[in-house]
Amino acid sequence: MADDEAEAGTDTSATGSTVDADDARPYLEATDVTVSIGGTTVLEGVDLAVETGSFLGVVGPNGAGKTTLLRTLRGSLAPDRGRVRVDDEDLTTRSARAVARRVASVPQDTTLSFDFSVEQVVGMGRTPHRSRFSTADADDREAVTDAMATTDTARFADRSVGTLSGGERQRVLVARALAQETPVLLLDEPTGSLDVNHTVETLELVRDLVEAGKTVVAAIHDLNVAARYCDELLLLADGRVRSVGTPETVLSEPALRDAFDARTVVTEQPGSTAPLVTALPDHDPDAASRRVHVVGTGQRAATAVGVLVAAGHEVSVGVVPAGDAAAERAREIGADPVTVPPFAGVSDDAAAAATDRAAAADVTVVVGSPFTDNRRVATALPGSRRVVIDASGIEGREATLEGLGDAIELIGAGKKSGAGDADEADGVERTDGMEEGKADQANRTNDR
Amino acid sequence: MRIVARTASWCLGLAGLLAAAVTVSAALGPVRVPPVEVTKVLLNALAVPVGAEVETRSMPGPLFVPAIELRYVSPFAYPVADLHRQIVVAIRLPRILLAAVVGFALAAAGTVMQGFFRNPMADPSIIGVSSGAAVGAVAFIVAPAMLPGWLHWLGLQGMAFLGALAAAFGVYAIATRNGRTPVATLLLAGVAVQTFLGAVVSYLQLQAEESLRQVVGWLMGHLAGASWAEVRVTLVVVPVLFAVLLVYARDLNVLLLGEEEARGLGIAVERTKRILLGVSALITAAGVAVTGVIGFVGLIVPHMLRLVVGPDHRILLPTAALAGGSFLVIADTVARLGSAEIPVGVVTAAVGAPFFLFLLRKREVHEL
Repeated sequence: MADDEAEAGTDTSATGSTVDADDARPYLEATDVTVSIGGTTVLEGVDLAVETGSFLGVVGPNGAGKTTLLRTLRGSLAPDRGRVRVDDEDLTTRSARAVARRVASVPQDTTLSFDFSVEQVVGMGRTPHRSRFSTADADDREAVTDAMATTDTARFADRSVGTLSGGERQRVLVARALAQETPVLLLDEPTGSLDVNHTVETLELVRDLVEAGKTVVAAIHDLNVAARYCDELLLLADGRVRSVGTPETVLSEPALRDAFDARTVVTEQPGSTAPLVTALPDHDPDAASRRVHVVGTGQRAATAVGVLVAAGHEVSVGVVPAGDAAAERAREIGADPVTVPPFAGVSDDAAAAATDRAAAADVTVVVGSPFTDNRRVATALPGSRRVVIDASGIEGREATLEGLGDAIELIGAGKKSGAGDADEADGVERTDGMEEGKADQANRTNDR
Repeated sequence: MRIVARTASWCLGLAGLLAAAVTVSAALGPVRVPPVEVTKVLLNALAVPVGAEVETRSMPGPLFVPAIELRYVSPFAYPVADLHRQIVVAIRLPRILLAAVVGFALAAAGTVMQGFFRNPMADPSIIGVSSGAAVGAVAFIVAPAMLPGWLHWLGLQGMAFLGALAAAFGVYAIATRNGRTPVATLLLAGVAVQTFLGAVVSYLQLQAEESLRQVVGWLMGHLAGASWAEVRVTLVVVPVLFAVLLVYARDLNVLLLGEEEARGLGIAVERTKRILLGVSALITAAGVAVTGVIGFVGLIVPHMLRLVVGPDHRILLPTAALAGGSFLVIADTVARLGSAEIPVGVVTAAVGAPFFLFLLRKREVHEL
């Protein structure tokens, strides 16, 4: 089944390439590359092709061979079998200098403990362009200045690299690679040591470079970042290519389970069509399956539904307009949606059906602020048995999509220990005693 | 451009310091010669080539390889006392210049080795050069009878030089596999070979008997009894080798990033390593073969200069070399000024080790 997936992916990419390729061959190409280090085969029969001005993301679990693949593409490792071509020239037959004029790379490990200034380090990127006896000429200086301006490192040009933060060092190394002025840029975990803000900044920069015609290959461990910025992804596991193609084709739940041995839910990223991968905690077989009713629409609700179903809960959804992402999602994975036609408004029947399901559930999950007719559904259960995600005006345990599983567990645990729920704020009639109410109160306090 | 100007001004300053050290050192000794008089003697001793002519007078036939003869002019002719001229030119100057050149060579090689190994404790002897030289020299002193005749022809210096190069090549060959020489392997092989050669020297010392004093003197490093012949050889060899190292200064900078990064930036790493190792071994061997093992010059001088001028080898290498020259000239002056002369290696270690510890505690010498 995994093989089918991989082949399907490869096929897609092959057709994709022939469509937009005017040139006879892709700019950067690896064919049947097999690499072993110290007797262990790290890469086996890897093929890849990257067109000029396109961005390939290499994803895969730790130890899949991502870094080895990049080292092979930059000519640091000679493959046992197969070849790497850049612009139709075999890398292994070229001198280090010739390779360095075509391929620049940004290493993963950015430790620079010595006292060179930022400008000196960026200037080292000019090494393949300078003769041994010359001093820097106008071209060299311009390349260094441009690279520092592009990466916003000119501010600390005179500072010692040893004093920079991880993110700043990363940008300095990107600047060094830019100063090399190569058509191909390789990045190994370019966002590994960066915070969210700098991750976006760095990848926007890389994206701009790609638009300007650079051919980029990057190993990226964050699947969602990879999906958002790369034109194509290559999923690598155990040294083999599992699939290649657009992010949508590569990031499928079965393929990810196969490659990462992890359960995931794939939905769409907000504000884009790129896939959004949410990893789920391993399902604890002892954890009780609960009935959960989800109130909400759109991608985030759909993700919540996926997370809950994958965690083994029995999920109902509603009321949702038919065709909404959450409804689609629920139908796909066997949850139980209460739908109404789009733009038709919520009928009394639908509202009653949804309320019944919500009342029968152990927990209600509210994603986003519910529209008017759904408020009744959302408040069918007391606030103490409700999880809210970004919902204003609704009481309940606040959670994030990632923390959804834990929130459900907590509510479930409170219930299992015999606690009922009293929630005066909701004004819902309760039959349970006061003690349980206190226990629940304590539970909530702990959570904050 | 900035780097060129910076390098030039630092080098000019340090060259001035070296000239001053040479002048003052030549003035000091049992007979005091006023520094002004020394300067005059030194200027008088200068001969500047002003032209060349092809020697054609004694040609036996029409086909010949022309011999070129340089014409020299001594631009200065100050009146100086003949005694002072004799003391400075014949006795003190060879020794002082040898100290300057050997200090220059050791500091240059030390700078390259520290950068090459990316290890602050690396010094010129790290790949076995000094211990190899010691074995050669000690064997020549202790057991000349056991050596084959053609080795006698080499003399003490020749044997030391040969031993130094043999040890360095041995370490390199041991550490090389499939055309690649990992730096870590090289370092360990160097340490092992040094230890082994140290054992050989110890054994030879046990056999030394009456020549033990000479052996110990050689091992501790010495500049006494330097002749103009020795100085001329090192004065020709060392600058040529140094020029090669200087050409590779930028590659050394890039090598500091790590070998794989260096390759990624277009450096032919294995070839560059071979050249740097080979030239450093030669320049070190040229020094220690003449003077014996002089420690600490190649270790601390590069560190001192790195603190002052930074890690860029384009400026570090020439400044460290010039400072190394001054350092050894001053150390040797101290060594010979006492009532009984002490080996210069004792002075450099006695001054160098505490100073190194001071740097270690006070500032950051932990890194390159």
